[in-house]
Amino acid sequence: MLLPTDTRLGELWPDIWQATGETLLMVAATMLIGGTLGLLLGLGLYLTRKGGLYQNAAVSVVLNVLVNFFRPIPFIIFIAAVQPAARLIVGTGIGMPAVVFSLILAAMFGIARIVEQNLVTVPPGVIEAARAMGATRARIAATVVIPEAMAPVILGYTFAFVAVVDMSAVAGLIAGGGLGSFAQTFGYRQYDPTVTWVCVLILVALVQLVQLLGNTLSARILRR
Amino acid sequence: MTRSATPAEPLVRLRGVTKTYPAAKGRAEVHAVADVDLDIAAGDVQAIVGYSGAGKSTLVRLLNGLEPATSGSIKVGGTELVGLHERQLRPIRLGIGMIFQQFNLFDSRTVWGNLAYPLQIAGVGKAEQQRRISELLHFVGLPDKAHTYPRNLSGGQKQRVGIARALTTNPALLLADEATSALDPETTHEVLRLLKQVNEEFGTTIVAITHEMDVVRELADHVAVMESGRIVESGPVYDVFSAPRQPVTRRFVGTVIDDEPAPDALAALRSRHPGRFVKLELREGGPRQTDIFAVLLERGIAFELVFGGIEDIQGATFGNLTLALDGPATAVDEAVRELATLVPAKEL
Repeated sequence: MLLPTDTRLGELWPDIWQATGETLLMVAATMLIGGTLGLLLGLGLYLTRKGGLYQNAAVSVVLNVLVNFFRPIPFIIFIAAVQPAARLIVGTGIGMPAVVFSLILAAMFGIARIVEQNLVTVPPGVIEAARAMGATRARIAATVVIPEAMAPVILGYTFAFVAVVDMSAVAGLIAGGGLGSFAQTFGYRQYDPTVTWVCVLILVALVQLVQLLGNTLSARILRR
Repeated sequence: MTRSATPAEPLVRLRGVTKTYPAAKGRAEVHAVADVDLDIAAGDVQAIVGYSGAGKSTLVRLLNGLEPATSGSIKVGGTELVGLHERQLRPIRLGIGMIFQQFNLFDSRTVWGNLAYPLQIAGVGKAEQQRRISELLHFVGLPDKAHTYPRNLSGGQKQRVGIARALTTNPALLLADEATSALDPETTHEVLRLLKQVNEEFGTTIVAITHEMDVVRELADHVAVMESGRIVESGPVYDVFSAPRQPVTRRFVGTVIDDEPAPDALAALRSRHPGRFVKLELREGGPRQTDIFAVLLERGIAFELVFGGIEDIQGATFGNLTLALDGPATAVDEAVRELATLVPAKEL
């Protein structure tokens, strides 16, 4: 029998489920709020770019500099860098609220780029057709651009979800909880690889589930 | 009631219309449309032909303000478009339909959803939307495709949907931007018939830009030929086809109607057919062919048709025939002289 016997897995199950819940909560809140903000920021990038419906060089440059500034920062540093802002806005620099704050910010910039890249795949002719029908720019953005790009956007959000799960594992740095920090504390630091691997498997299952959901949804939209 | 002697105001009236794209890095200023004058009467089908880059795509986009003109005057239905803001152009666009080479249907909406879209913009009520959409789907022959997504339609069906969508708001003017260029010849013919039907049944004025002369021949009443942003020749289709003045027009007309054999073709024909070659131009209102051939028959001249043919353009006869005449030299000389008194004749 290769399975190690000196593991505390048995007694840790309730804590593992709690950590799983924390991860789900962090990721869900991030995807909901960061996803919405990222959609708006991505729309902003798309609409103000050259040839866009609201072409505006100044706004475009500002948005691009902003996104390019924040996006490459590794999350483990990002979380420390935005701690003062977290104190200001969510009232604390540690714990789950501060982690979620950092996650939302990081996800927003990443998702903005993903959204922008998917919106540019909408054929310009379709937008021109809507303009020729007398549609306002706001109507075109809401009823043509977004619906037409929906299938790749959903895949983009699925990709972002996996990235957010990855980032959330760093939460332990500021006592944010979740499966990632649980695996570090009770698996890695306690020399208990069984616990580490259980956490890994739960994360893998979670990611698989969401990927499957995203693929199915996107394919259903594409098939029509 | 007496009608005024002045002709009715054209639906579309262009005067000195110019569209200039400013110089950008590595590129000089581009005059996409240069000093264009054009009148299009209500109920007319106006074709605009030219090679790619001639400016016809830009010109058609000036007519609904998708592109703003740099200078000049563009009146559609009496309203001046030049100088209007996007906001002021929007209600005008509801009265101008547009169809495209790539159809530009909304893939995320069903056929029904595509047709409903302009009606929603126009603020038409649900019941009226329903009535209008079902009427138009019947008109274009796709009543069973209402709940199909564009992805599952053929090219011809997509363009039918495009036409139906462009007609939902009952526009007085329909702009067709290379509407058949992505279709095979058979489907092209079907779509052209449908457009002709739109013109005849609804009285919709159509502006069709194309590089295909078949489109002009089958559909148009008037044609304007564009080159380097300018209209170099325009008029009724028959007039332009029968007497093209500009080299570019001649090239276009030559794609659908044989003029005379090119030099290498001529050499090949001579090697196979004995006798002297004469090209005759047959036009509507000219002498009957029987009278022409009688000139040859009564002199005992043997003749063959070696090149060309008779076309029907807008119900009028049109043809260029190259004949090989074989007989005694003096008889042929006489015959050629007499033929020249009947129709334009040219010895090749």
